Amino acid sequence: MEPRYGKTQELLYELKIEQVMRTDVVTIASDATMSELREILREHSISGVPVVDGDELVGLASIEDLIRWLSSREPDCAVHEQMTRDPECLHADQPLVHALRRFDESGFGRFPIVERASGRMVGILTKGGIIEGVLRKLEREFKEEEIRAYRVSHIFEDLLADYKEIYLTYNVPGKDFDRAGSASTRMKRNLKRLGIRPDIIHRLAIASYEAEMNVVIYTDGGTMEYRISPHEVILRVRDRGPGISDVEEALRPGWSTAEPWVRDLGFGAGMGLPNIKKCADKLEIDSHPGRGTTLKMRIFTGEADEAQ
Amino acid sequence: MKLSEIVAALDLEVRAGADHLDREVTGAYASDLLSDVMGHASEGALWITLQVHQNIVAVAVMKSLAGIVLVKNREPDEATMRKAEEEEIPLLISSLGAFELAGKLFGMGLSGS
Repeated sequence: MEPRYGKTQELLYELKIEQVMRTDVVTIASDATMSELREILREHSISGVPVVDGDELVGLASIEDLIRWLSSREPDCAVHEQMTRDPECLHADQPLVHALRRFDESGFGRFPIVERASGRMVGILTKGGIIEGVLRKLEREFKEEEIRAYRVSHIFEDLLADYKEIYLTYNVPGKDFDRAGSASTRMKRNLKRLGIRPDIIHRLAIASYEAEMNVVIYTDGGTMEYRISPHEVILRVRDRGPGISDVEEALRPGWSTAEPWVRDLGFGAGMGLPNIKKCADKLEIDSHPGRGTTLKMRIFTGEADEAQ
Repeated sequence: MKLSEIVAALDLEVRAGADHLDREVTGAYASDLLSDVMGHASEGALWITLQVHQNIVAVAVMKSLAGIVLVKNREPDEATMRKAEEEEIPLLISSLGAFELAGKLFGMGLSGS
């Protein structure tokens, strides 16, 4: 399993307070007595409640306030005399990470949550609520991923046919260095889900990335088509570029027609095609100057489930 | 050796992927040609380079590298940092040049393959 730290942190940014706060908020009227507060806390097993005056939030009364009052041995009094006034509120649409920071900085045990537009109290947030919310979400996502991985890696077994093949196509825009590599990166993720052996994914990833970069660097765009069957992956890369005048020559390490600015980015070292050749079990290059290039490579994968 | 130990020992700055420093580093590779890295770096290697364009992240993902160290205090592009964070690739910065940095890593027991 991959480390979950990063994922947890991501969740804290993704989740909004409103997704984890309690909405069935128990409140107490400001003119209720401290003994009534004790009853409410006990009855609901909670450690604090918002104090309201009609609809308006006027304070927070917590178990700490109750203990302070009990140890002072003063006679019973109204909650508003002992409560914390003007409590700090958080907004329902804030990310959870903000709430967590406020818990840390303030040392408070709970925050009333208000709707940003109306200022109306819509919930209450405790540290326990945060933990529960994050765990719930983590579990859900983990299950989804597990189910996805399961479904995909068994797809060849589960589908009944005499010949089975998964066909995936990617468009590769030419000269777009910012998105360059995205087809291969996405494809690598798919291959993992399909349960293909890691060493084969590795070779496919290299061949695929190099071919994609060639389309980006030298042409106005093209397509990458993957045909995945139980025993092999066939990758066909077509472009509408200038074509290669001498394929034999282009396969020689170090041979390159890349412009200097491309080389400055670390590309165009004349190692792309040789890398592809090294990684593919079979490579065919069909190129005509002025009409573009088609690369067809085959990589044998063995049984799709061998990896498990 | 864990990436976090290298970060501490060589005083590297972490620009992205701070949550993924517990990775095991199995070697190192120094090159500024992306295809050279694609062809020759091994899985789990730490990549030493002065390239800062976001394509270095794609290369690191494709090769399952442990992380990338930019030499001579080179600052990565904004997009590079964002992508590295997304793809969970640690992006580190060293004040040393590639030669000195490689020397130190070699001295710590890492090898090229």
